[in-house]
Amino acid sequence: MTKRVVVLGGGVGGTLVANLLVKKLRPGEAEVILIDEDAQHVYQPGFLYVAFGQKQPANLTRPVRSLLDRRVRILTAKAQRIDPTAQVIATDHGDVHYDELVVATGSHLAPDEIPGLKEATHHFYTAEGAQALHEALKQFRGGHVVVGVAGVPYKCPPAPLEFVLMLDAELRAKGLRDKTEIHFVSPLPRVFPIETVAVKVAPIMESRGIQIHTFFNVESVDPKRREVVSLEGETVPYDLLVLIPPHRGAKVVIDSGLGEAGGWISTDRRTLKATAHPRMFVVGDATNLPISKSGSAAHFEADALVANLIADLRNESQEHKYNGKIMCFLETGAGKATLLDFDYNHPPQPPEPNRMYHWQKALFNQFYWWTVPQGRLPGEKQTKEQQEKAGD
Amino acid sequence: MSTQSNVKIDRVIDARGSFCPGPLMEMIRAMKAAQVGEVVAVLSNESGSKRDIPAWADKSGQEFVGIFEQDGHDQIVVRKVK
Ligand SMILES: Cc1cc2nc3c(=O)[nH]c(=O)nc-3n(C[C@H](O)[C@H](O)[C@H](O)COP(=O)(O)OP(=O)(O)OC[C@H]3O[C@@H](n4cnc5c(N)ncnc54)[C@H](O)[C@@H]3O)c2cc1C
Repeated sequence: MTKRVVVLGGGVGGTLVANLLVKKLRPGEAEVILIDEDAQHVYQPGFLYVAFGQKQPANLTRPVRSLLDRRVRILTAKAQRIDPTAQVIATDHGDVHYDELVVATGSHLAPDEIPGLKEATHHFYTAEGAQALHEALKQFRGGHVVVGVAGVPYKCPPAPLEFVLMLDAELRAKGLRDKTEIHFVSPLPRVFPIETVAVKVAPIMESRGIQIHTFFNVESVDPKRREVVSLEGETVPYDLLVLIPPHRGAKVVIDSGLGEAGGWISTDRRTLKATAHPRMFVVGDATNLPISKSGSAAHFEADALVANLIADLRNESQEHKYNGKIMCFLETGAGKATLLDFDYNHPPQPPEPNRMYHWQKALFNQFYWWTVPQGRLPGEKQTKEQQEKAGD
Repeated sequence: MSTQSNVKIDRVIDARGSFCPGPLMEMIRAMKAAQVGEVVAVLSNESGSKRDIPAWADKSGQEFVGIFEQDGHDQIVVRKVK
């Protein structure tokens, strides 16, 4: 009987993995089925620009079908339970058996975990959220803006910094900056999880008059008094609040008892296999890996994951290793950006922000649809080979 | 530096193998859940924790008890006082 590989989730990681699988499997070796709850693929990095009215949500969503190789079958269904022993996924459209499973269910916002947060805060981590924030910014005439994160881990760690720097630039352009105080709150001892980036970005923020509050773990928000209170005992008033809500793994992962604290699946950092369940691989935000939850991580994980999955399917023992590579841009406002390029052993060393990186990010946002999901951009393996050739 | 804390530890969080800011966030999570008076220890082999956790305790007004070197890792201990 033909074996079956199921990819659960049609976001960045799932779409790319499914496309690579059908390319790498021998003809007739296994069928590949991708399950997604609405069969829509969302380009989340665009939400940052929606908040500033520079992009429309409608342009950030496409049917997964349009991004998938014809050989991948799609099932539009919501997975409700994964039984890793029976190797069955229960969905609202019936049970699906698998020989190998790739969990690519992403990360999800959990604003209810902090009292008052849901009523009080804006954010730009969903299309609706970004649109509402855009409306609020249009009305804003000055006052106290508080920007930050209300829990770790959160996806795309540069995004809150990008937002605050772009907000500063926008308020200057509108002539509202001298009527506005901007406060940035971070649960960490610095503005960014990785120190080499924090030391570069914090001075830029300070030079723009953005006030930084570190060790600020949001405990509650009081929408009536318009105050954010930290676990450390600090209270910051706001007129406009933009806090990234805490993130959790997918409900199906939590309901199936597959997640550790927070609903993240324990995953081998090199092979991308689930550590506690055979025949299960994990990609992207769904893992518990101590690296940035990002489309870029999902992209660079895909090569090793696909090679290991095919070896597992063939009962071969060789291992392909992911080295933790991630590459992403960080907008610093006023048409400039910098680049973060790093892996498990090499922290990022961001260069001085310049216009070229900003334009590269803008181009990438356009070309994404024709490159990343299809596997047309070099993966980790090719990038490594290129760097070795260049004597890096 | 001693290898053993002589206070009674109520909760131990093993954050070994978790990277920055992992152990710090584990400590904060545990302190949130702890009762006033309880002592929480985090096991960490990430060097930044030795600086970050005492700094966090200081900022949040909790009592930093100490750092105890154990077999290849540190035990970082904080008491919840408020
Ligand atoms: C504002 C913002 C800016 C960002 N900027 C960047 C950036 O510049 N660079 C970068 O690399 N990353 C960025 N990211 C992060 C990036 O978008 C995510 O890390 C990435 O999408 C993760 O990919 P994934 O495949 O793990 O999950 P997702 O892309 O989130 O896909 C998960 C999929 O699983 C499906 N699913 C979930 N549960 C079920 C279920 N029970 N049944 C069926 N289907 C299910 C969902 O429908 C979804 O299609 C940004 C994110 C945001 C919000």
